[in-house]
Amino acid sequence: MEPVMAIVVGALFATSIYMMLRRSIVKLVIGLILLSNAANLLIFTVGGMKRGLPPLIDEGMKMPTGGWADPLPQALILTAIVISFGVLAFAVVLIHRAYEVVQEDDLDKMRSTDT
Amino acid sequence: MLLAVLSGFILAACAPWLTRLLGDRAGWVLALLPAALFVYFLSWIPLTAGGAAEVVHYSWIPGLDINLSFLVDGLSLLFALLISGIGTFIIIYSGGYLHGHEYLPRFYGIMFAFMAAMLGVVLSNNIISLFVFWELTSITSYLLIGFNHEDKQARWCALQGLFVTVAGGLALLAGLIMLAGAGGSFELSELLNSGDVLRDYPLYTGMLILILFGTFTKSAQVPFHFWLPNAMAAPTPVSAYLHSATMVKAGIYLMARLNPGLGGTDQWLYTLGLFGAVTMFTGSFMALRSTDVKAMLAYSTIMALGTLTMLIGIGTEAAIIAALAFLLAHALYKAALFMLAGGLDHETGTKNILNMGGLRRLMPVSFITACVAALSLAGLPPLFGFIAKELMFEATLHAPAIATVTTVLAVISAIMIMAVAALFALRPYTGKLKETPKQPHEAPPSMLAGPVVLAALSLVFGVAGFLPVQGILHSAVAAVHGSPLEFKLYLWHGVNTPLLLSLLAVVTGLLVFAGWDRVLAVYRRLTFIDRFGPERGYERVMAALVWVAEWQTRVLQNGYMRNYLITILLTAVALAGGTFFIYTGNTVPFGTVDITFYEAVIAALIIAGAIVVSLMQSRLGAVATVGMVGFGVALIYVLFSAPDLAITQIMVETLTVILLVLVLYRLPRFLNLSSTAARIRDALVALLFGGMMTVLILAVLDVEVVAPISDQLVAWSYDEGHGRNIVNVILVDFRALDTLGEIFVVGLAAIGVYAMIRLRAEDKRS
Repeated sequence: MEPVMAIVVGALFATSIYMMLRRSIVKLVIGLILLSNAANLLIFTVGGMKRGLPPLIDEGMKMPTGGWADPLPQALILTAIVISFGVLAFAVVLIHRAYEVVQEDDLDKMRSTDT
Repeated sequence: MLLAVLSGFILAACAPWLTRLLGDRAGWVLALLPAALFVYFLSWIPLTAGGAAEVVHYSWIPGLDINLSFLVDGLSLLFALLISGIGTFIIIYSGGYLHGHEYLPRFYGIMFAFMAAMLGVVLSNNIISLFVFWELTSITSYLLIGFNHEDKQARWCALQGLFVTVAGGLALLAGLIMLAGAGGSFELSELLNSGDVLRDYPLYTGMLILILFGTFTKSAQVPFHFWLPNAMAAPTPVSAYLHSATMVKAGIYLMARLNPGLGGTDQWLYTLGLFGAVTMFTGSFMALRSTDVKAMLAYSTIMALGTLTMLIGIGTEAAIIAALAFLLAHALYKAALFMLAGGLDHETGTKNILNMGGLRRLMPVSFITACVAALSLAGLPPLFGFIAKELMFEATLHAPAIATVTTVLAVISAIMIMAVAALFALRPYTGKLKETPKQPHEAPPSMLAGPVVLAALSLVFGVAGFLPVQGILHSAVAAVHGSPLEFKLYLWHGVNTPLLLSLLAVVTGLLVFAGWDRVLAVYRRLTFIDRFGPERGYERVMAALVWVAEWQTRVLQNGYMRNYLITILLTAVALAGGTFFIYTGNTVPFGTVDITFYEAVIAALIIAGAIVVSLMQSRLGAVATVGMVGFGVALIYVLFSAPDLAITQIMVETLTVILLVLVLYRLPRFLNLSSTAARIRDALVALLFGGMMTVLILAVLDVEVVAPISDQLVAWSYDEGHGRNIVNVILVDFRALDTLGEIFVVGLAAIGVYAMIRLRAEDKRS
């Protein structure tokens, strides 16, 4: 599965960057969402992918039985998902506010701090 | 010893306050500290007799081998005595010269910090602490040169001095670290005993160039000499101190200090010998060209520094004796002459020697003192300068390999300096009294004490040559040479070549003095010196620096978001991708794919969704498709053993879609703003970066550099963390601080969102 995931991650990175390079500010936001998904999957893939072995300990045991998927990348990604949602929410409201004030969604025309 | 070095810094902190408290007597009272230090250093003389050295050690950062250790031997003691002795008179002198000056308290503060830094340089045994003090002298001298900070010229000169010496300081740091690496120690006392190891070090030449770049800039050797005359923008006491005993002597000190460790090679001989000789010539040549009394003396300092460098480079026994005698002689007469020049400036209101004349009746003490000190500068008997000059001729005549060049340049320089000395001593005081901006009268006692005492010392040391030898020169020579030498200094050496050369220099020099007005007219025509001197080089470099800064700001900081992104991405591709291809070639391991049907469908859906989003024209469609990608990612998490991630992802993805739908409908429709060419360019950048990520992932899949730490986390999860969900235990227990930070970030984002929405509401109400 990992080689396929490598292609998926590459595709997500490519599309997110393409979206972030657009001049429309709304597309920038969508690029951001794709970018955080790409980064999370990157960590997930490189950390090793295992089917049906969640890092959970059964009742009465002290260790998971029969192997486990690496819990550390999962913990990191969980943090990353939540943080990127925070960033996204902030960005969306900021952009909305900027649009209300400037009445412009072309990034090229938002170069000066005076508008 | 630690207190002796640091007391200057302590006094620097309270000097401004003390100055206000003491008023007019401040100079005399504050001078007690350098005077006390002088006496303290005198008490060390018996301990260093015969070339003995003492190391006083205080730990500073022992883990990095950086210590405040001090090396007391003849050489460091000679410098410490000059710094504290001349410093005493400079402080007294400043009180008179800057009498009633608004910033006098601040001046004393910087002056004491400078003096302490200088003492640190010459006494440090640890080369890192030596470097720290070295840079402190650069910074404090910057403050001193730019003391008249309301004057644009002074600020410019100070900055120039700072740039030149600090650039040299950086090279010096690299050189010193190489030195420590080569010699296996940071302590000078150990490095100097391993001279053979240092000289055989494979990178000896590079190390030497770096160190000499530091010392040459500091000691104003050609082609870095231009900052020193400009440093005259400082008040005269500063110039007098900088030129005679401190700052510029730091480079000389370091070269003399390192002579037993690095000297004796061909590189050492040719670099120091030739650069020194050329500097000596340039200094005396430019001194004769000047009409500003301070500029004359500044250029004659460059002459002296060149002479010292040359003598250290020659490195024979005679040359080392000559170098230290010359150093002492120069410090004594140069401090005296500079203070007298300041007196002339102070009392007449002009610095131009052409505007002065006939002052001997009005300023008799100054006149006599100037004559004595100038005799020493000219190198005439019975002054100590004469002994030093004779020794210098003796050394150049017997120099290995470069004897002809050095002797010829030394004689020419001596001729010109003879003329300069005569000009300085006679021109302002003899002839008819001329109109000056101020009504001249004799300088106050505070401004005469220094010159009189120092000039008298020049005379005493000349007549009784055994005094300085017994006192300090013997052990200083031992320190520079590496082993003690027996020698005596006399005025009368019998009729020999040096004496004849001196005679030649004196007679020719007096002729030049007599015809100086004509010489000056010739000089005036040599305007190429101003147009093509190394100072123009400095200006070009500074201008180029500004130009590059402007250019790169224009190019990099152009205000277009996508240009920043493209720059960052392409740099990442070039660095990471480039490195990858250089080290692994073009082969990418594509492992066997073990995949089920539904996994393949999910992967295809994610890819397809991502591509569709980037082509979609409808906002709602784009939001829905992004949602689809997000839920696809959640399914991947479900299938591959990450239930917590899947839950979080589904919740966040749902919230995101709701948020986008709510907000986006208030935003404009998608517009096609970019041209086709821009789209193709962006697509290429995107593909390049995406492709590189794919390749990198494929390459690292099977690489395990270190064993994962998570096995330990799994083992601790129940016993230590008391939790069965290992991911949760990691988040709230092992990495709890991380999670706390995350909560803060989300909280801040929420506050931001709330604030912006409130703001909008208020806008609407108003």
